[in-house]
Amino acid sequence: MRDPTGSVWRMAQTLSRGPVTGTAKPAGKRKPFLLDLYSTAVGKKYVMAITGILMILFVVGHMIGNLKMYQGVDADGVYAIDHYGEFLRELLYPLLPKYGALWIMRVGLIVTILLHIHAAYGLTVINRKARPVKYQSPRDYQIASFASRSMRWTGVIVLAFILWHLADLTFGWVNPDFEYGEVYRNIDATLSRWPVAIFYIVANVLLGIHLFHGTWSLFQSMGWNNPRFNPWRRWLAAGVATVIVVGNVSFPIAVLAGIVEHPGVS
Amino acid sequence: MTTTLTNLTLKIWRQDGPGDAGRFETYQIPEISDEASFLEMLDVLNERLIGEGTEPVTFDHDCREGICGTCSLMIDGQAHGPQRGTATCQLHMRKFQSGDTIVIEPWRASAFPIIKDLMVDRSAFDRIVEAGGYISADTGGAPDANLIPIPKPVADAAMDAAACIGCGACVAACPNGAANLFTAAKVTHLNLLPQGQAERFKRVEAMVETMDEYFGSCTNHGECEAACPKEISIDVIALMNADYRKAKFKNRKALSRI
Ligand code: HEM
Ligand code: FES
Repeated sequence: MRDPTGSVWRMAQTLSRGPVTGTAKPAGKRKPFLLDLYSTAVGKKYVMAITGILMILFVVGHMIGNLKMYQGVDADGVYAIDHYGEFLRELLYPLLPKYGALWIMRVGLIVTILLHIHAAYGLTVINRKARPVKYQSPRDYQIASFASRSMRWTGVIVLAFILWHLADLTFGWVNPDFEYGEVYRNIDATLSRWPVAIFYIVANVLLGIHLFHGTWSLFQSMGWNNPRFNPWRRWLAAGVATVIVVGNVSFPIAVLAGIVEHPGVS
Repeated sequence: MTTTLTNLTLKIWRQDGPGDAGRFETYQIPEISDEASFLEMLDVLNERLIGEGTEPVTFDHDCREGICGTCSLMIDGQAHGPQRGTATCQLHMRKFQSGDTIVIEPWRASAFPIIKDLMVDRSAFDRIVEAGGYISADTGGAPDANLIPIPKPVADAAMDAAACIGCGACVAACPNGAANLFTAAKVTHLNLLPQGQAERFKRVEAMVETMDEYFGSCTNHGECEAACPKEISIDVIALMNADYRKAKFKNRKALSRI
């Protein structure tokens, strides 16, 4: 090829070669093991995946526990779900003080969610830096799903929901009819308000979308990849997402439909 | 049967040099044979531009048969264009239709700075390979070939990973600008084989950490696999993630005491 400007020759030359990095990091300069692992993107993804698993277990358990609201009142005239609330508060009592086991789980969950958010934030920063100049023409994505590309948005909205949910049903700050310990009544009181019910439904559908990608993805992040069960990962993800969404969305619908109704709530 | 495409419009990213602001420029291709390859179409355009005394469009290419990994190009928002499992040099104009507008952009990633127009510097990939994408072999009399038995499925899997030509389409296609498919392909192809075992864990650790210095992180979107001209599966990424984890734990117990 001829080229009057001579720029053809620039093709053959590579830009200045950087130093060979290799493995040679001086041993003493390494951070403590876990921090060292967490400082890499792959390490952050292990954290995303492990905290994700813990939260999935929690969310599934939480949903199953809430199904107690369909059990109505027990023989002693107390709502089954109120008994369940008491059970959680007195879990492992007298081995632990009352609230002991509950607080251990709470602290564990708080640490879990903070780690998940911190890693998500760290990964987002890494990704922004990796492509500071975006494509200037529209991308034509082939595989990336709505779920995988909206993880940040679904995650942030779910976080907002979690905060609201605590203020609503744990602390009662935003629940005008709140009575401490009367779980059944509080659920009816809050979810019979349309905007609240809609927020619960939307947030749980978004959580389902988050998990439709997340449950599939965490196997990849952890390196749990086995051609024998790979095809099942999609089904598992769809199953987890469906179970959580169907279970959780049924609650506001049951309240609005009058299936869950407390006589003390207007 | 050969047909001729007419009235193509190209919107091509032009950028004078690494630090310069770029812009799309529009070129008309009045007619081109559908048997022309995409790069030949650009050659025709460049001949014309040179004839007109203007600067031709700079783009990377070498073997033009899909084996060297030099060609690139984001064509209509897809790395290596609309055809699966091929590099840009294997794309032909019969994939397009008369009257089409085709948008061509360079790979975009901070690790792949633009040199000029559509040409980017992919030497960050060399840094990753230098960190561990090799085996150490003793010198001396050459051993007989095939002395070390390797189960056929393992050899096949290593070969699938070794098909990587290092073009960078995975990075270009990744919404995060991650190089996990490239790095994992290089790690896998050696880590699966007996010859790669001696340096297996050192390799994966060094390559992942070097990758980290330049590229984004993996969200498991899967765009890289769809863009890869060799259709390398993201299964290799899982293998790399597993080996990296093992390497970190192994090193702590024994290897780092060496
Ligand atoms: C609290 C707010 C949350 C935020 C801000 C958030 C954010 C994110 C983001 C950004 C990712 C993708 C990370 C990446 O690969 O680039 C992710 C992955 C994930 N999230 Fe969340 N998330 C939240 C809550 C949850 C909850 C409640 C669960 C489970 C019930 C969950 C489960 C997962 C799982 C399983 C993954 C996949 C991990 C992987 O790819 O290995 N997340 N999250
Ligand atoms: S030019 Fe060699 S792979 Fe395309």
